[in-house]
Amino acid sequence: MKDLLDHLHNDIVLKVLPIAANVPVHLVYIGGLLLASVLVILWMTLVAMGWIWAERRVAGFIQARVGPNRVGPYGLLQSLADGIKLLVKEDIIPTAANRFLYELAPLLVFAGAFIPFVVLPFSQHLLIADMDLGVFYVLAFGALEVVGILMAGWAPNSKWSLYGGMRLAAQMLSYEIPLGLSVLTVVILAGSLNFNEIIAWQTRGVLFNESWDTPWILDWLNWAVFRSPAAFVAFFIFYIAALAETKRAPFDLPEAESELVAGFHTEYTGIRFSYFFLSEYCAMYVVAAMGAILFLGGWHWPLPTWDVPKPGFIAAVAAGLGEIDYSELGLFARLKLFLANALWHGPRETVEAFFQPATLKFVLVETFGFANLVGKAFVLLFVMLWIRWTLPRVRIDQVMHLCLKVLLPIGLACVLLAGVQAALLSPRPAEPAAAVVPAAPVEPEPMPAVPPQAEPDADMSPARADEAT
Amino acid sequence: MSPATTPTLRQDSLKTDELLVNMGPQHPSTHGVLRLVVRTDGEIVRETWPHIGYLHRCFEKIAESVTYAQSVPYTDRMDYLASMNDGVALCLAYEHLGKIEVPPRAQWLRVIACELNRIASHLMAFGTYGLDIGAMTPFFYGFREREALLSIFEKMSGGRLLYHYARIGGVCRDMDSDIEHDIRKFIVQFKTAFEEYNELLSWNAIFINRTANVGVIPPDKAIAWGLTGPCLRASGVNYDLRKRRPYSAYEDFEFNVILGEGFRGTLGDCYDRYYVRMLEMMESLRIVEQALDGLPEGDFQAKLPKILRLPKGEAYFAAENPRGELGFYVVSDGKPNAYRVRARGPSFCNLSITHEVARDCLVADVIAIIGSIDIVLGEVDR
Repeated sequence: MKDLLDHLHNDIVLKVLPIAANVPVHLVYIGGLLLASVLVILWMTLVAMGWIWAERRVAGFIQARVGPNRVGPYGLLQSLADGIKLLVKEDIIPTAANRFLYELAPLLVFAGAFIPFVVLPFSQHLLIADMDLGVFYVLAFGALEVVGILMAGWAPNSKWSLYGGMRLAAQMLSYEIPLGLSVLTVVILAGSLNFNEIIAWQTRGVLFNESWDTPWILDWLNWAVFRSPAAFVAFFIFYIAALAETKRAPFDLPEAESELVAGFHTEYTGIRFSYFFLSEYCAMYVVAAMGAILFLGGWHWPLPTWDVPKPGFIAAVAAGLGEIDYSELGLFARLKLFLANALWHGPRETVEAFFQPATLKFVLVETFGFANLVGKAFVLLFVMLWIRWTLPRVRIDQVMHLCLKVLLPIGLACVLLAGVQAALLSPRPAEPAAAVVPAAPVEPEPMPAVPPQAEPDADMSPARADEAT
Repeated sequence: MSPATTPTLRQDSLKTDELLVNMGPQHPSTHGVLRLVVRTDGEIVRETWPHIGYLHRCFEKIAESVTYAQSVPYTDRMDYLASMNDGVALCLAYEHLGKIEVPPRAQWLRVIACELNRIASHLMAFGTYGLDIGAMTPFFYGFREREALLSIFEKMSGGRLLYHYARIGGVCRDMDSDIEHDIRKFIVQFKTAFEEYNELLSWNAIFINRTANVGVIPPDKAIAWGLTGPCLRASGVNYDLRKRRPYSAYEDFEFNVILGEGFRGTLGDCYDRYYVRMLEMMESLRIVEQALDGLPEGDFQAKLPKILRLPKGEAYFAAENPRGELGFYVVSDGKPNAYRVRARGPSFCNLSITHEVARDCLVADVIAIIGSIDIVLGEVDR
């Protein structure tokens, strides 16, 4: 065994190390991004397929029947089977359809549903981009979906699709306003658009006292919903607007089965339809995660998430390896140096370093945070399913009435209240310790006598300019 | 523009802001093969033309070539959700023409069958109306009770949906204690379920918003367009054939006639029609309870010759079906088969008001109106 490791070290590691050390940081960056993207897409596909299954099972139980239970244990492979079926279906494009728009529409809707994952945290450090504009980014790309749906309504050249697309455009665009207002309520209270900072704001400060360290059993009082009546109301506005944004019942007019067959995606089959279908469930997860992050404390409670020092995993391992001070470096430079260091010291030492207490604690904390966040998002998702199978559909004019005449005024009131609360309760800038008593007015120094234009613009004289050049 | 003609959009008279949309005949929500041509201005419906005939199966012509007894099963297929009631109506028409005496036990058995079928039919109307409005769960709950009813019907007649239970002169089989026990169990089960239905739909704010003040049919218009059944009673007109012209021992039972009164909106709107059906289910339950308690002994079918010949003449008889007045006008010339049988289908007449009512509303309202009128295309087209 030792021979093998020695051989590994001498013949392979020492040859690879120079190459590894010379890999430019940009490639490592891109590699890291690709890895993270693949993981997120994998996660989202699993979540989407899982929630499609859950929807059918929950629907079954609510309707006094059992959902899918034949394909795999408890029907768990049903979504997979459906996905495979959709993949092998014939791709039909109506003859009179606008082909370019028809093909582009599902992609735009898909993009609008998946891109917000770039900023959505899964845990304190498990996120692709810790943007300071995180909230704004998510709202902006939610709007991209509307464009895709308008295209999907127009392109197939079918009246039913057109109806569905028009209805949906009106509904989604209108409900973005209450959605934004409710989000804005929390943003004003928290003082930041960054998701992690918003969650950090929700870790302490209940009863408007920043310094009280709440006991674990009461930590949930720190959440935005319970800290401010404006945020409490805003949560319900957010949830209703989220139901409308993701076209879920009772706002599922665009796919109203009993009226328009399938609304704007009547004419789509196969993989194109599965784009719409998957992006609906992804969008549901996005808004549920946003609700959990903005209002319910995100990754904060109930499982414990200690304050892990910011450098995190890489530095912990590096501390275990003992040689390089990583704290000043950026993430991907650290990753590159870590790889080089790991290759230098060999797999055994890397593994030993991994199982240092600091690293393990980091992994545990991140897992807990993930479980917290995803658990809360799943609860919100379950309630979405519950509502869908209980309530009838709201008519389009009633949908618009609700948005513009009910939610919008209440949302504005929430924002106003949040502003007042934030202004009243935000810490004032610190007063200077000792009051400065102004002494006798200090005479300004007499201005030095300015030579009366002794050398007027000497530098700019053409002669000097020529000389200078 | 007369209701019979559907306009076509011509190039020179291009109205660019109006769409002519076709709903059906294959459509999840038109309760059968009904084609609705709708002229819409954006989301607002200006005019609706129902086109029927997709389920025409020549019942009246066939009745001329088969014997009287053979013509009765064809009525099952007309209103296939109220099959008991259809058979009873035609048998009553023949019995009326032939002055045939139906034994009391048979009459009471017919009442039990008809009222149970009324409950089943209204449950179907309730479930599908929920589906139309977008609530998918009440449909399954309604079918849970309907399943119990269909099992009862299977024991009574051998069929789950199409029974051929009513025969000329009585019914086809007697009822035994097993069936009576099942019916009593169903009565208990239904009373709890009814509360559930009300909580799911009747008191639901979204449902009320969708159906109240939508598709208002004033009483005079209802009478003018020949509406019958719950649609007519929901507009406030007290007309129930079981009270007006009692048949088959209905005069022996105590029950109320449910009238609409603008429960949540205007008199004669969709909610009224829906709620009248709900309350009628409870009344039918009352009738069934009374019938079970007082079922007389005796024959379940009158003794009739093998080949029945009705005397020459003509007669009209109508029964109160779940959807309205199902009437049969029979002309006989002494032969074993009828000379002419004319079926007056309630859904046919009820549907005719669509053109009048479904205008200047939204597309979603058209669905709500059609659902509230509760048509069965088998009866519309015969």
